[in-house]
Amino acid sequence: MSENVGIVIVSHSSDVARGTADMVRQMVGPEVPLAWCGGNTEGGLGTSVAAVMQAIRDVWSKRGVAVLVDLGGAETNSEMAIEMLPAEMHGSVVVCNAPIVEGAVMAATEASGGSSLDAVRRAAEELYPR
Amino acid sequence: MNAENDPGTLRETASVWLAHAGGLHARPAIKLTKLARRFACDIMVGVAAAGPWKDAKSIAQVLSMKVPVETTLHFAAQGEGARQSLDAIVKLVESDFEVADAAEPRDG
Repeated sequence: MSENVGIVIVSHSSDVARGTADMVRQMVGPEVPLAWCGGNTEGGLGTSVAAVMQAIRDVWSKRGVAVLVDLGGAETNSEMAIEMLPAEMHGSVVVCNAPIVEGAVMAATEASGGSSLDAVRRAAEELYPR
Repeated sequence: MNAENDPGTLRETASVWLAHAGGLHARPAIKLTKLARRFACDIMVGVAAAGPWKDAKSIAQVLSMKVPVETTLHFAAQGEGARQSLDAIVKLVESDFEVADAAEPRDG
């Protein structure tokens, strides 16, 4: 079976990130590469660029990666993480403009069908258009 | 495929009563789309026999219907495995979305 687009969940809270990943696994299944990260390096609320980079690496394939974030800082650090990855990965990792839980579930559902990165991002963003 | 128009005369159809608590919300909708995607044929879903139709393989389209509980779901399929796909989908809905894994998998 060919690879699917990977999903990365980035929250200020590791509980939120882990719980979101649990929901995705349970509702969508195991066929989507999935990684999550949350909290800062001191164990408090926040996000870590290094952790986001590692999560992206964990699920990256040529199909690409869709990143779901909660608040502004998670988006900023995720964008920074993407910029710090090798050049060949840049065009294939996108941060979705979607609520983190609903977006992750929709993106993973779309990804499980083998859809392209663009279709996965749209699935995350269409449910609650902003 | 334009999901809104009549998909043609050579198609299979089916309808089934949706008794699932909460209607066709995320969890059952995901099972429905995943099952639909196992089949090569086009599969459409609606709440009336004449449409309008949404693509049953698109989670965004299925959820946009916001189908409440106690509604009749209508399906139309055209192409390879059309009858098989609708039989499997009806079985899924009638089982209250419990038997998705019992459907015949596509050859990979």
